[in-house]
Formats: sequence, structure tokens, C-alpha cells
Amino acid sequence: MQIESKEEFRPKIVAFCCNWCSYAGADLAGSSRLAYPADIKIIRVPCSCRVNPLFILRAFEKGADGVIMCGCHPGDCHYTTGNFYARRRMTLLFSMLDYLGVENGRTRVEWVSAAEGAKFSATMNEFAEKIQSLGRNVRLEDIRCRKE
Amino acid sequence: MQRIGVFVCHCGSNIAATVDVKKVVEMVKQEPGVVHAEDYQYMCSEAGQSRVAAAIREHGLTGLVICSCSPRMHETTFRKCAEKAGLNPYMVEIANIREQCSWIHKDVEEATKKAVILARAAIAKVDRDAPLQQGESVVTKRALVIGGGIAGIQTALDIADAGYKVDIVEKSPSIGGRMSQLDKTFPTLDCSACILTPKMVEASAHENITIYTYSEVEKVTGFVGDFTVDIRKKARSVDMSKCTGCGVCQEKCPSKKTPNEFNRGLNTRSAIYTPFAQAIPNVPVIDREHCIKFKTGKCGVCSKVCQAGAIDYDQKDEIITEKYGAIVVATGFDMIKLDKYGEYSYQESPDVITSLELERIMNAAGPTKGHLERLSDHKPPKEMVFIQCVGSRCSDKRGKSYCSKICCMYTAKQAILIRDKYPDVNVTVFYIDVRTPGKNFDEFYRRAVEEYGVDYIKGQVGKVSQTGDGKLLVQGVDLLDQKRILKKADMVVLAAAIEPNEDARKLATMLTASMDTNDFFTEAHPKLRPVESPTAGVFLSGVAQGPKDIPETVAQAGAAAVKVIGLLAKDKLKTNPCTAKPDELLCNGCSVCANVCPYGAISYIEKEVRDHGIREVRRIASVNSALCQGCGACTVACPSGVMDLQGFSNRQIIAEVDAICK
Repeated sequence: MQIESKEEFRPKIVAFCCNWCSYAGADLAGSSRLAYPADIKIIRVPCSCRVNPLFILRAFEKGADGVIMCGCHPGDCHYTTGNFYARRRMTLLFSMLDYLGVENGRTRVEWVSAAEGAKFSATMNEFAEKIQSLGRNVRLEDIRCRKE
Repeated sequence: MQRIGVFVCHCGSNIAATVDVKKVVEMVKQEPGVVHAEDYQYMCSEAGQSRVAAAIREHGLTGLVICSCSPRMHETTFRKCAEKAGLNPYMVEIANIREQCSWIHKDVEEATKKAVILARAAIAKVDRDAPLQQGESVVTKRALVIGGGIAGIQTALDIADAGYKVDIVEKSPSIGGRMSQLDKTFPTLDCSACILTPKMVEASAHENITIYTYSEVEKVTGFVGDFTVDIRKKARSVDMSKCTGCGVCQEKCPSKKTPNEFNRGLNTRSAIYTPFAQAIPNVPVIDREHCIKFKTGKCGVCSKVCQAGAIDYDQKDEIITEKYGAIVVATGFDMIKLDKYGEYSYQESPDVITSLELERIMNAAGPTKGHLERLSDHKPPKEMVFIQCVGSRCSDKRGKSYCSKICCMYTAKQAILIRDKYPDVNVTVFYIDVRTPGKNFDEFYRRAVEEYGVDYIKGQVGKVSQTGDGKLLVQGVDLLDQKRILKKADMVVLAAAIEPNEDARKLATMLTASMDTNDFFTEAHPKLRPVESPTAGVFLSGVAQGPKDIPETVAQAGAAAVKVIGLLAKDKLKTNPCTAKPDELLCNGCSVCANVCPYGAISYIEKEVRDHGIREVRRIASVNSALCQGCGACTVACPSGVMDLQGFSNRQIIAEVDAICK
């Protein structure tokens, strides 16, 4: 899918994927040739519970326009309970992000299993489209103190 | 600063067609720390690996970045390659520029840009890598097989024959599984029981096999090589060591109105029962829910008639705790429930049955003693209609999206057997497609059509309704002739979809083995590791992994056994060194990390530390690296941020974030 924009805005999107489900789901999307925008870059973590809220804040601080975190479906965590912690942490973090200047739509949590290549691709397309429509993350710009 | 070498793989044209690999090499050369970069056609090949090894020596590399396929594919390959060349294997990072770049993007410029960014992230990560040492853990030389059907029995036999102890846990009172319910098997038409029961006997007599029937796995802890499993042996109310299996108790039991599960509820059984005559063990079970003694306290007939004095009403559930090195999941399948398929009148008419019910009807030990008859009036049918794909290949939410794989063949088998035994019965099959790949399968189906005159109609049935004269009216379409079909039938057989056993999900959670959206267990790799689950030490056998017939199940059972044997043959296993590690100077021993650890790997020790020149004894967290599986839950929970995960450290992940957002 090609994203079109008048200003040629290309968002920076970071996706945290757990090694056991979502990263494998992303690989399956790849081997099934299910395209999604190149703006999305994946960081592999052992489990969604490894994602420190600070990593997400760091991404926004460094200029990310959207951050998505993917893990195993609740109840299917390779480490039994990891994604429950992740879900709770992200719910709390996301509720505060708006106050910090990051709209709710710029963050997302999605559960993608290793067998859900199609879901991974669809989710990424949707999320990229959403970020594209939200545009550059300007609300955070002033506190970010960009040097560019 | 590390001395980093970057190796960009073409993967033939898989990467090189979409990513300008030369450009990537040129770009990464400018990255700080990169002292060498090159590209090669197939980096994973022998020649590619020797190039990597040569570069390590020539340039004195201390860190490697391989831009190639997924780390799930070749991380181990390149780690071994690095190790051979004298580099710590954990100083290797993979930039996934195939599955997550070249395969999903078309635009070369865009894909190349992304590949460079992914490489930069990997370079930033490897720069912060530290050499890690693998630990060792012992292997318990005993395997657990969950499920006592043909898949479980075959796996257990193969493991036991190799000289290892195996336990089979089966939830029903006998091993045998679905195969024991079948009458004949395709495409050879040999009797199912005749080929299964010798295996059941062999398993029960094998010195290396212990069978726990009427038992369920209750708790699983530990990890590959060292699982601890609690097995609940449900109270049988019959002493297995005393029972002789004479069967008098079942004959005399006054409570005979319980639906017989083995016959799919088509007839009834006594409250004390063995599921079928060849049951192993041949020891009955008292179904406490339906037993008069347990319900009212007054009866005790079985106890009175038992010469051996084996009846024990006070027997309690027993928990057996055992250690295992490997676990095989062979939990099998069931037919889907048909309550959402009202149009076939399955609930309303006793003459609309499922294929598995027909198996029981055609079986000599079944509810009709093997006579083909309508269950409503016990008359022999004249017209039989088979409906295929009931709930399989279903696009709506009622059924399953997958093909159940075995139905085309068992329907051909049932049609042949009926036409052979009752030549005056007309058999019609409504189908979407007839799928018969497999050795001698298509020939078998052709025989049904050509030799036995089974009428195959391509089309689906919209409705089955009861008519006043006790018959069934089948309304369908013939897609090839483009016409509606109204057909009167005496019996309708539904080839209902098969689905994983309902307990499978509970088990998957216990084993932390992943499942797909249909609740089939996921394999570690769909093609290259089809009998291993992604969870180390957990293996898959039979339909629990996906629909398959008996020969495929037996083949997979053997394959799973080989994998188990390969594991149990090792005395020690290398453990994952990517474990949590606290900064002892900053830890204040608050216990938050221990509370979130799912493995109980964190304990607290009193340790003398030197802080600003002062020596003092403090309570600090200590991670047992043999127990830690490296999830990282503790690293985020730690309020002081002193717990870190080796191989996925805070600094490393932040460096990756920075590289991507740059």
C-alpha cells in the first residue's frame, strides 16, 4: 500500500514486537508478501513486558509519530503473564500521554499471534494510515527542542 | 567502541531485487564503529560463513551485524559461525531486511532506505552488546505424552523403544482415542480396532511406559529438560491392583441410563463402566455423577458382586508429581458441535447423524451391533445422503475456515462400505470439492464413484427437513447442472468439521505453548520444524497441531518421538544467557521484581557491597540464571531501574529506538 500525501509527510513509526508471537507474525506477513508501509520499523523484544514505558517516551522524544506495541494474545504469553503486565502498563501510559502532548491515536497495543501474518499486515496498514491522517507529531515539538 | 563488521546478504534475489545491497554496504560503512562491510549472494552458505569468519580475523572484529532474513531463521547459524571464529556468539545481531523489508516493499529506494535504518539499529545494538556465557542445565531422562490416542501411543512407543521412560496421561478411562471409535480405515478398509489394539497392548505391556488413564495434567512448571508436572489421577473408585476386569459389576449395575460417550450418546451405559471391550486398562470407572451409591448412598451392588473386592467408594483423587525432560502434546480432536447448524435438523431428527456416529452404527460393537438402521424406527434405510463440509471451509463465523482434511476420504469409505454390504441402498454425496491427495486416495474415491456407483453431486445443501412420512427432505443445488435438487432420504450423514480438543487451550496456557486462532498448536516453523512447538521441550503429535489422517498422525508421532529422543540423549543443555541482572550497587531489595517473576527466579541475598568507600551488608536481588527465562518483566517493574536484561538491555533498546527515529 502506498501512502500519498501532499506535503510528502512520511511518518516515523516504531513497532515493538515480542519474539514469540508478534515478531513471528511479522515474519509470516513477510513470507506471505503482505505489504505494509516502509515507515514502520520493528524492534524485537523477548516479551511485550520488556517494553519499558520509557522506551515509548524516548521514541516520541526522538521524533516518532506513532508507536505500536504487539504481543501474544492475552492468555497465550510465552512467559505466561508477560502481556498482562504489558497491557496494564500501556493502559496507564497511554492515558497520560495525551496530557504530555501525544494524542491517543499515536499509540496502540495489538495482540498478534505467530499465525496471524494477515492481521499483522492489516494492523500495520491501519496504524500507518491513522498516523498519516494525524500528521506530524507537532504538539510535542516544542518540548522536544529539535536541533534539525 | 566495538569494531563492527556488517554483512549484507542478497539472499539470491529475495533481498537484492528490492534492496540495493551495494548502497546499504556503502551507507553502513559511514556508521561509527563499523570497520568493515561487505555483501554476498548467500551469507548463510558455507562460502558466506567463511567470508564472515575471515573478516573477523582480518579486521579484528568484536561485533557482527548480519543484514539478512529473520533472526528466527539464521541467528543461531551466525552465532555458531562467530563462535568458530573466536568471537563471543552473543556479539552478533541480525537486521531483518528480508521478511520485514524486501518481501513487503516494492519500491527499491524506499526499501533500501529502510534496510539502512534497520542496519543502523542493529549496529547501535551490537555496539552495546556484551559477551555472554551460556550456562548448563541437566536433562531429566523421562518424557511425558499428553493424550493416549494413536498419536500419543505411537510417540510413547517410539520413545520407549529407544530406552527412555515415558508416561502417557489420558483423560478418559482408556487409551485408544478417536481411532478406537472408528469402524474401518481408509483407503485399505482394514478394521481400525484390529490395527490399533495391538499397539495399545504393546504400550501397556512396555517396561518403559507408564499409563495414567482417567488422569489430567494439572500444573506444569520448569523448562526444557527439567519440567515438573502435577498429574491428577481422578478417583476411579475401583482399585486397579485388585480388579480382574471380569465385567460382572457392569452387568449388575442398576443405573444404566447414562449416555454412552464412546458411542457418541447413541445408546446408554452403566454408571460403572469401561468405555469399550478392548479398553486398556481393562479396569472400570465409577461415574460418580450417575452412580446411585454416590447420589443417594443406597446401592453398593457393584461392591457386593465384585469377587476381587476391588470397589473402593472412598478412593480420592491422587496428585502425582513427576519430573520430565520433554513433553509431547497429543490431545487430538473432536467433532464440532452442530447447534449453530439448525438447517440440517440434526437436533430434531435422530436420522440426521454425524459421520462419527455412523462409524459407531456400522461397528459391530456399536449401538446397533453393526446393522445399518435408522435410529428413529430401526428400519434399514434405502436412501442415504452425505453432506460434506459441514462447518469446514466456512466463511462465516459459525464454522471453521480450514479444511478438515479427512472428511472426503472417510465419506468415500463409508459410502463404499454401505454399497458393499447393502447394495440396495442408494448413496448420494453433496460436496464442494472432493479432495483426495494421498497415496492411493484418489483411486479409492474413483472406486466409490465408478465401482460402487455412489452419486456425487457438486453443490451444497441448504436445508434438511422432516416430512410427515418420517422421511427427510434434502434441499440442495447441483452446481454443474445448475438446478435445484429435492431429494427424499431415510438418513442424512453430516461430515462435521473437526476441531482441537476443548481442553487443549487450557493445556497450551499451562505449557506456554502458542496456538493459532483455531486452537491448533503452533509449530516452531511451519515447514522446517513441524513437530516442535516454539516453546523449547514441548513437541506436537497428531491432530492437536492440525487436521490429519492416521498415516500422517503416525508419521508425525514418530517424528516427535525422534525429537524427544534427541533431547533426552543429551546429558546437559546449554541455557539462554539472556537473563536478568540487577545492578547490585543500586538495588534496595524492595521485592517488586520477585513479585512479577513468573519463574520464581529472583530471590534476595544479604551481600556486602562497597558504596562510596563504605562497606555494608545489604539485602539485594539475586537472579537464578538457570530459572530465568529472560522475559524482562522485572526490568520494567523495578522502581529504581536497576534490573536489566542481558542481550536486550535498556541501553540497547533505547539505542535502537534512537537509530530508527533519527
